[in-house]
Amino acid sequence: MTTLSEADSRTLVAEAGVIVSRWATADTADNAAVVAEEMGFPVVVKLCGEAIAHKTERGLVRLSLTSADDVRAAATDLLGAATESDGDVELLVSTMVRGDRELIAGLVRDPQFGPCVMLGVGGVLAEAVADVAFRLAPLERLDAHELIDDLGSQTLLGPFRGQPAVDRDALADTLCALGDLAGDPAIASIDLNPLIVVEGQPMAVDALVERT
Amino acid sequence: MARDLTPLFEPRGVVVTGVSSHPGKFGFVTLHNLLSCGYQGEVFAVGRPDPEGGATIILNCPVLASVDALPEGAAELLVVCTPVSANEQIIRTAAERGVRAVFVAAGGYSEASEEGAAAETRLVALANELDLVLAGPNGQGITSPPVGLCAQIVAPFPPRGRIGVASQSGNFVSAFQNYAAQTGIGISRSVSAGNAAATSIADYVEWFADDPETDVGLCYVEGLTDGRDFFERVRAITPRMPVVVVKGGATTGGQRAAASHTGSLASDDRVFDGMARQAGMVRATTIEAAFEAAATLATQPLPGGSGVVVLTTAGGWGVVTADAITTHRDLTLTTLPDDLLTAVDAMLPPRWSRNNPVDLAGGETRETIPELLDMVAGHPGVDSVVQLGLGIQGNTAALTRSGPFHPDHGLERIVDFHERQERRYAEAAADASTTHGKPVLVASELAVTQPDNPMVAAVRGTDRLCYPSADRAVAALGHLVRYASWRRARA
Repeated sequence: MTTLSEADSRTLVAEAGVIVSRWATADTADNAAVVAEEMGFPVVVKLCGEAIAHKTERGLVRLSLTSADDVRAAATDLLGAATESDGDVELLVSTMVRGDRELIAGLVRDPQFGPCVMLGVGGVLAEAVADVAFRLAPLERLDAHELIDDLGSQTLLGPFRGQPAVDRDALADTLCALGDLAGDPAIASIDLNPLIVVEGQPMAVDALVERT
Repeated sequence: MARDLTPLFEPRGVVVTGVSSHPGKFGFVTLHNLLSCGYQGEVFAVGRPDPEGGATIILNCPVLASVDALPEGAAELLVVCTPVSANEQIIRTAAERGVRAVFVAAGGYSEASEEGAAAETRLVALANELDLVLAGPNGQGITSPPVGLCAQIVAPFPPRGRIGVASQSGNFVSAFQNYAAQTGIGISRSVSAGNAAATSIADYVEWFADDPETDVGLCYVEGLTDGRDFFERVRAITPRMPVVVVKGGATTGGQRAAASHTGSLASDDRVFDGMARQAGMVRATTIEAAFEAAATLATQPLPGGSGVVVLTTAGGWGVVTADAITTHRDLTLTTLPDDLLTAVDAMLPPRWSRNNPVDLAGGETRETIPELLDMVAGHPGVDSVVQLGLGIQGNTAALTRSGPFHPDHGLERIVDFHERQERRYAEAAADASTTHGKPVLVASELAVTQPDNPMVAAVRGTDRLCYPSADRAVAALGHLVRYASWRRARA
C-alpha cells in the first residue's frame, strides 16, 4: 500500500470540497522562507514526500515558526533529516491554525461493507478516546448530520471556550466530500487528522491519502 | 423484487422426509409438530418401508416409501430430514411432484466439511435449476402461526403475532419463540436460516416487508457474506417496516488499511453500528432486548417526539426511571406543561410530586389512574408515557385470597375490587395509547415474579408487553423513539 504525499493528498481532498489550511510547497529552505513570508506568520513547516506517512512520530513537523530565519533553519533541519528511503522530498509550508477542538475524519474500505466515512474526536488521544462513528459511503446530507449527532462528545461540538459551535453544515460538507471520494477506486483510505475547529469552521491541517 | 417465499410459509401441503418410528429423530419430531399445531393442509411422511412389507403408519400418518409416491401437486413444501447423500435425488423428484419450496433441516453441509460444502453448492445449483425456494441447510425449521405451520425439529410453537423472525442461529429462533410464549407478543413467521445457502436473512426480511401478517422484522445475523447488499436491501425496507437486528460474532473482516488512523479505528462493531443506524435498523445488543424492541414496535404506536412522562403510584420507581430517561441519548424527560400540571393538581391531594415523574404518592382514588393515563397521554405536549407501580393491589389480593380468612370477613369483596382495579389500569393504559396514538408502556417486575398477577395478565390481554423493569421499558422506548425519528427525517 502506498501513500500520496501530503501536498498531493491536500490537493485531492481540497478539490473534492474539503477545507484545508492555506499551504504551499518549496524545494529549498530559502524558498520555504519566501513562501512563509507571503503567507504570513506563524507557519508550520513539514517534510513532504510520498513515502512519509507518519511525520509527527519522526519529528518532521515544526510548529509555530514566527520568522523567515526560523523557517529557514527548520527547513534546513528537515531536509537534513530525510533518509534515502524517503525518496523525493520537498517542504510543505502552511498557516499555523489554532483551535481548542480537534476532530478526525476519514474514509476507509471495510471488507464487509465497503467504503465508510468516519468522524471522531481527534488529537493525540483520538485512538484512546475512540469517540468515533461511521456511515457507509456515499453519504446523503442527512446521513452526514446523523453521523455528527452520533458522537458522544456533543458538548465539544457546541459553543466551547469562547468559540462558537461547530458549523455542522460545513462539517457535513467535509464528510460528504469524503464519501464522494469513495467513488475513486484508486483511493484505499483517507485521513484528515486533525480537522481543527477554527471559529466553528472545521479545517484540515493534515491529509493522508492511501492508494490501493 | 423480493423473492416469493409464500410456498415456504403458506404451503399447500407439506411432505417430510426421513420419518422413522424413533420419536427422538428429527423426521419424527417434525412430523409430530406438523400434525400437532393446527396446520390445515395435507401432511405427508416419507420414510423407510416396513421390512415386513406391511403398511407403515406413524402418528396415524401412512409413511410413503419414496417421494415418488407423493400425489401430484399435493405438497408445496418439502422438509428434508434425510442425510446429505440422498437429498439431491429426493429434491429433484419432489419438484417433479409439485414441490416449490424446500427446507433442508439436515446438517452435514458447508458447516461440516469440504465435501459438505460441495454438496451445498450442488444443492443451490439444483434449486436454481428447478426454480425452488431453498431454505437452510442445517436449520431448525420454519413456523408460520397464521396457518398453524410448525415445520421445525424443536419447540415451542409460538403464539400468532406480528413479528417475523429470521435468524442465522436456530437456538435464537427458539429463544424468540420462548419470549413470545412467555409474553404473549406473538410471531407471524419464523425461520432458522441455517447456512443460508440460497435464501439469506435479507431475502426473508424483504418478504416479511410485503407480508400482510408481519409488522416487524427481527433478525440475528453473524458473518454476513455480502454486508453491502444487506445494508442496501434493509435500508429499502425500514421506511415501511422496522427491522430489529442483533449481530453476533467478533471480527469477521480481513486486514484493513493499516497506515491510516481511520483504518485502525474502523472496528467491525463500529462500522456495523454506523451501517445499522444509517439503514434505520434497530440494533439491540442482547436477544432479550431485541425481542422487547420488536415487541414494542409490534404493539405500540410510533411516538411523535422524544419526550416521556413517567406516571407512578409511589416514590423510588419514578426517580430511578427519570434517571434512566435523562441519561438516555434518544429520550427526554418532559417538563410538565402548565395546563397539564394544573389539571393533575385538581385530581390529586397536594402531596403529589407536582413534577415529572408524576408521583401520586398514594393519593389516588379508584378513578385516578385511568383518568390520569388518558389525560396525560392526550396532552399534545406529551410524546410517550411510562406507567409504573401497578400490581400492588393485585399482589395484596393474592395474599389475601390464599390466606386462611378468605372469603369471609369481607375479604372476598376487597379481593374482587383489587383485582378489578388492576384490570382497569391495564386496560386504561392500552386505551390511552390507542385513543391518542402514543406509546404507553407499563413496567413492573411482577411481569416475571408473578405473571398471573391480574394487572400483568390484563396487560397481556390487551396484546401489549408488560415490561419486566422500568429500565427495560426505557430501553425499548429508546429504540422506538430513535426509529420513529429516523423515519420522520426521511418522510
